[in-house]
Amino acid sequence: MPPSDPAIRFLLNGERHAVSGISPTTTLLDWLRDHAGLKGTKEGCAEGDCGACTIALGTPAENGKGLCWQAANSCLLMLPQVHGRALLTVEALAGADGSLAPVQQALVDTDASQCGFCTPGFAMAMFAFQQGGEEAEDATIHEALAGNLCRCTGYRPIVEAMRRIAGTADAAFALRSQGWRQELADLPEPADYVVGTQQFLSPLHLDDLIALRVANPEARLLAGGTDLGLLVGKERRPLGTVIWLSQVAELNELELTERYLKIGAAVTYSRALPLIDEAFPGLGALVRRIGSRQIRNLGTLGGNCANASPIGDTLPCLIALEATMIVAGPNGRREIPADAFFVDYRKTALTPDEVLVAVCLPLLRDDQAFHCHKVAKRHDQDISAVIGAYRLTFEGTKVGDARIVYGGMAATPKRARGAEAALRGRPWTEDSIAAAIGMLSADFQPIGDFRASAGYRLTVAGNLIRRLFLEITAPQTPLEVMEL
Amino acid sequence: MTVASRGGVYRPFHHDSATKHVSGRAIYIDDMPNLPGTLHAAFAISTRAHARIVAIDTGRAAALPGVVAVVTAADVPGVNDIAPIFAGEPALAEGEVQYVGHPLAAVAADSMDIARAAAALIEIAYEDLPAVLDIETALVNQDFVCPPQIMRRGDVQAALASAPRRLTGEVRCGGQDHFYLEGQIALALPQEDRDMLVYSSTQHPTEVQHGVAYVLGIPSNAVTVEVRRLGGAFGGKESQATIVAAVAALLADRTRRPVKLRLTRDDDMTITGKRHDFLIRYDVGFEEDGRLLGLDMTLAARAGNVADLSAPVVSRALCHADNAYFIPACELRGYPCRTNTVSNTAFRGFGGPQGMLAIETVMDHIARELHIAPELVRRRNYYGIGERNITPYGAVVEDNIIVEIVDRLEREVDLPAWRERVADFNRQSPILKKGLALMPVKFGISFNLTSLNQAGALVHVYTDGSVHLNHGGTEMGQGLFVKVAQVVSQVFAIDLDRVKISATTTDKVPNTSATAASSGSDLNGMAALEAAGTIKTRMTEVAAGHFDVSPADIRFADNRVYAGNESLSFAELAHKCWAQRVSLSATGFYKTPKIHWDGQTMTGRPFFYYSYGACVAEVVIDTLTGENRLLRADILQDCGASLNPAVDLGQIEGAFVQGMGWLTMEELWWDAEGRLRTHGPSTYKIPGSRDVPPVFNVHILADAPNREPTIFRSKAIGEPPLMLAISVWLALRDAISSLANHRLVPKLDAPATPEKVLAAVDDIRKRGRDAALKLVDIGR
Repeated sequence: MPPSDPAIRFLLNGERHAVSGISPTTTLLDWLRDHAGLKGTKEGCAEGDCGACTIALGTPAENGKGLCWQAANSCLLMLPQVHGRALLTVEALAGADGSLAPVQQALVDTDASQCGFCTPGFAMAMFAFQQGGEEAEDATIHEALAGNLCRCTGYRPIVEAMRRIAGTADAAFALRSQGWRQELADLPEPADYVVGTQQFLSPLHLDDLIALRVANPEARLLAGGTDLGLLVGKERRPLGTVIWLSQVAELNELELTERYLKIGAAVTYSRALPLIDEAFPGLGALVRRIGSRQIRNLGTLGGNCANASPIGDTLPCLIALEATMIVAGPNGRREIPADAFFVDYRKTALTPDEVLVAVCLPLLRDDQAFHCHKVAKRHDQDISAVIGAYRLTFEGTKVGDARIVYGGMAATPKRARGAEAALRGRPWTEDSIAAAIGMLSADFQPIGDFRASAGYRLTVAGNLIRRLFLEITAPQTPLEVMEL
Repeated sequence: MTVASRGGVYRPFHHDSATKHVSGRAIYIDDMPNLPGTLHAAFAISTRAHARIVAIDTGRAAALPGVVAVVTAADVPGVNDIAPIFAGEPALAEGEVQYVGHPLAAVAADSMDIARAAAALIEIAYEDLPAVLDIETALVNQDFVCPPQIMRRGDVQAALASAPRRLTGEVRCGGQDHFYLEGQIALALPQEDRDMLVYSSTQHPTEVQHGVAYVLGIPSNAVTVEVRRLGGAFGGKESQATIVAAVAALLADRTRRPVKLRLTRDDDMTITGKRHDFLIRYDVGFEEDGRLLGLDMTLAARAGNVADLSAPVVSRALCHADNAYFIPACELRGYPCRTNTVSNTAFRGFGGPQGMLAIETVMDHIARELHIAPELVRRRNYYGIGERNITPYGAVVEDNIIVEIVDRLEREVDLPAWRERVADFNRQSPILKKGLALMPVKFGISFNLTSLNQAGALVHVYTDGSVHLNHGGTEMGQGLFVKVAQVVSQVFAIDLDRVKISATTTDKVPNTSATAASSGSDLNGMAALEAAGTIKTRMTEVAAGHFDVSPADIRFADNRVYAGNESLSFAELAHKCWAQRVSLSATGFYKTPKIHWDGQTMTGRPFFYYSYGACVAEVVIDTLTGENRLLRADILQDCGASLNPAVDLGQIEGAFVQGMGWLTMEELWWDAEGRLRTHGPSTYKIPGSRDVPPVFNVHILADAPNREPTIFRSKAIGEPPLMLAISVWLALRDAISSLANHRLVPKLDAPATPEKVLAAVDDIRKRGRDAALKLVDIGR
C-alpha cells in the first residue's frame, strides 16, 4: 500500500480543500450542501437525470494552458472522485463584487428563470459550454443542455441565452482562475482513503489494481460512477470497499490505428467521442444519446460493458462490430469476443479476480456497413426500449455476412441469429429483409415493461431492419424524425 | 430634474428573483440554515394497493441509533384528517392503506439517511383487500370518491335521435406528474406554548395552516405558515403540501425540535397526487356541415383513493367540455372514480385540459367522418356573438374574441399554404409523415366555487419612502410577485425596486385562497391595488395640505408628488405623513364581482371572464417506430392588457411545453400490483430542450384589454396556454389519419408515446386496407 495521505484534496471555487474523516461514499452534492454550506447547487432527483446538481469539473487542459471545464452531476460523484480536480459551483460564477458572469447575465436578460430551482444547474452547464468554445448550432446547444430539465420555461429563453454566450469568453473568470492549473499541479496523487470500515482505493497501475482486486473480491469497482453512484446518492447504501479505476494509467489508454479503435476501460465517453466519431460516425451519434454531457463526462464504455445491462446502449454495437474485450487478472491478459462477454442478465464472462482493461473495435472494411438505432420515449437522455446494431458485409449485391444485434429484447444484448442467417448469402432486397424480419419472433421473446410492451419491441425490432434497408438503399430519404 | 420611474404595469420587467436564481442565492426551504438540533424526517409507506393494517411494529426503527421519534396515526394528538373538501383523508393511514405509497408512519432522526433507514425498518403486517386499479372497474362498480356531476342543457336524446349524422367514440388521456424541480418539503419549528412555525413549499399556506392545526389539535392562531418561494408547483403543492407539513409539525411537536421533511424524488412521485387521467365516451349528433346538434358525453376521472380536489376538477372538466363551441343540447356526466392508486389532485388546467381534449376529439372525429378540414368544422361551431352564445352551464359568453384570434393566426401562418406543404411532404415521404392541426382555447377564469374568489394584501410605506408589500399569493416561478409589485409601484409612481416583495405568511394576510386557477395576479393584484390606493389617498391629503391645494391637484409621478410645479419626493411625503401621525399601513381586500355558481344544478356564471388563444402545430411521425416530434408551433394568446409581457410570454411557452409533455412523452405506468413504475426522471420523461419545436412563434394578442375591469385590464395566463398543446396531439392524429387519406379517425389515446402512435398507425393502415377491399367487393 502506498503511504497514505488521508485527505481528499481539490480546489473548490479557487480555494484549496483537504477533506478527511467523512465517509468516502458521501456524494459531492451532499458535501457541498451540508459540509461546505454551498446551497446553490440543488438536488432535484439524485439520479443524474435532472441536472439541478450540475457543477463544473476542471482538469488541466491537454494544450498545456489553463483548465478544461466539464459539467458533471454532483449527486452521482463520490467525494474522493474529485481528488486533484478543480470544482466550480454556481456561487463562484459571479465575481467577488457580485458582478454576474456572462452566462448568468444572459439567463437574466432572456428571462430564462421562473421558479429558479433548476437555474444554477443550467448556469453551470452553460458555463462548461461557453468554456468549451462551441458554436451556437442548435444541435450542439441541445446536446449541451440535454442533462438539464426545466419544468417552467419551456426552454426557449434558455436556448436563446446559450446562443448569446456561444463562442464568447469570460474574461473575468479567466483572470480569476489564472493560477488554478498550477494549484492543481501542486496537489499530490490520490491516496487510498479509509474511514472506519469504508475504503476508497485508488490504484495508479494495472498491477496494483489486480492485486487489490484479488485481495478484495467483494469490492465494488468504480469507473465514472454514473450507475454505481445511484446506489450511493439515491439508494443511500453504504458501500464497503470501492476500488477506483479512473487513475489507473493502463485503463486510460485511447488509441485509433489503421486497424482498430482501442478504448481503455476508464476512458470517459466524452474523451473517446472524437475518435469514435472518426472511426464509426453512427456509433458516435448513438453515444451522444447516452445520458447527457454530465453523464458522458464521467461515464465510460468500460463501465457500460462491465454493468452488462440488457439496455446498455453500446453493447449491441460492440457485438455487431466484433469488438474484443481485453481483460486482465493475476494470470495475465486474455481477450474475450464481445459476443461471449455478456453471459446473462448483468453478468459478464469476467472471473472474480479479473478486470476489464480495454475494448478493441476493429475498423470497418470497405465492403462493410455499420448502422445502429435507438428507440426511446425521448430523444435525449432516455433509456432504450429497443436498440438495434447491424454490421453488414456485402459481396457485390449480396449480403456476405450479417451481424444483427438487439438490446432491450432479452436478458442480455443478443444477436438475431435467425435473422442473420436469413440474410447471409442472400441478395440485398426487400424480400430478403422480410425473411429476416420473419425470423425475429423465433430469435426473441422480449418482456414488456414501462418502457415498452413486448409486442412493440418485437414489431419495432423488425421495422428497424426496414429502416436499415432504406438507409442503405435510399440514403437521401429522411427516415428519422430528428432529421427534419 | 425628474427621472422617469422604473416601475409600473405593462412593462417587461425580469422576474424579481432572476439575479438570485442565476447566482444560487435564492433561498428555498432546504437551503435555510439548520438550527441546532434540527431533525430530519422520512415517511414509511404502504407497499400494498389496498390492505387492512393488521399491525405496525416500529420497534426496530425506534431502536436504530440516531432515531428520535417514530409516529403513526395513533400518535396524532388532534384530528387525523387533512382533507381539503370532504372529510376522511388522514395524514397517516389509519385502519387500512389504500394505495401503494400511502404514508402510514414517519420517523425523525439526526440525519435524513438515518430517518430513511429507520423508515425501512418499520414492519407492517397487512391483510390484502381487493384493489381497484382502473377507471373502468370503478365506473362499473359505480364507486366514486364524491358524487357524480351532471350538466344538462336541452333534450340531448331528442337532438341525437333527429340528427342527420351521429357518431360514438371513446378516448383516454393519461395523468401527469407535476415534476416541480423542488420536491415537497416542510420545516416545522416548535415555538412557545405549542405554537408551530412552518416553512412549507405550498401554494396554499392557509390550507397547510389548517392541516397543521387539525393534526396538532391547536387553533389556527397558533400556527404560522410561511413561504418565500417554491421551486415549481403547477397545482402539485396546492393540497399535496399539507401532508408533508402536517407530519413535520407532528414530529416537531412531539420532539420539541425543528423537523425538516423533504421527500426524495421517488417518494414524492409515489406518495403525492397527479393530474387525473380520464376515460371519455361520447355520442354526438351533427349536421351534414359539421355543426353540433347534441352531445352526450361521459368524463370519468381517476380520482384515486380519496376525494382531495377531484370534485372541482370534474366540475372544471365539464365546464370546459364545450371549449369554444356552442352545443345546442348536451348531457355531460362527470365521474370521480375511486381507485386504489394515489389520490389525484390539482394540475395546471384542473380538469379543463381533459374536458377540452374530449370535445376536440369529437371535432376531429366529425371532420374525418365528413371529410371536411377540421379547422372548418371547428369554425362552424364557434360560439357566436349575440347568438349561439350560451354555455352548457347557462352562462352567456360575453367577451368572445375567438374568431378574431383564429382569423389573425390563420392569416399570419397562411394555413392553406401550410397544409399544402404538409400534403406535399407526405406524398413524397414514404416513412415519415407530417400532420397539422389548429385549435382554439377558451378558458374560464375564476375558481368555480365562488367563495374562493377573494384575496387580501398588506402594504406598508416607511418613512424613507420604501414600501413593503405582502399578499396572500405565493411565488412559484410564475412571476406573481413582480406583477403585484408593479401594481403597487404604478399606484405610487415609484421605482419597482422601492417595493420590497416579502414572503407569503398566514400571520400577515389570513384566510387566503390557494394560488391557483390562474387567479394569482387577478386577485392579489386587486387586493394590493386597494391597499396601496388607501395609503395613496391618505398621502394625497397630506400633500394637499402641504401645498395648500385641493387633493385633486396632487399628482404622483416619477418617484415624486406634484402640485403644479412644486413637488416633494415620495420619501419626503412619507416622512411628513408620519410626522402628522397619518397611518402609512393598509390592508386591501378583493372579491371577484358578477360570479355565482350552483353546484347542484351545475349552472351559473362561475367565470368572471374567459381567456382565449389559438395554436397551429405541425408534427412528424415515424411510421416504423411511432417516434414523433413537434416541428413548429404558432401561438396567439390573449393576455388582456398584459401586466408584464416578459412574464406572460414565459407562462405561455412554459405551459405549452408542459402540455405537450402531458400529451406525448410523459407516461405514468402502473404495474399489476398498483405500483407506479415511472417515479423518477430516469423513467418518467418530461420534455427537454430538444423537444421544443425548432420553429416556435409565440405572440401575445395586441390591443385587447380585458372587457371586464380586472387589474389594469389584464387577463390571467397561468393555465390557458397549456391547453393549446392539445393541438400537438391533434396534429399527431392528423399525421396518422393521412395514412388513410384523412378519411378514418385514428385510434390514438394520450400520451402519444411512440408505442401508441405506432399502434394507431398499424391500426389505421389495416382499417384502410379493409375499407379498400370492401370497395372492391362492392364494385364487383
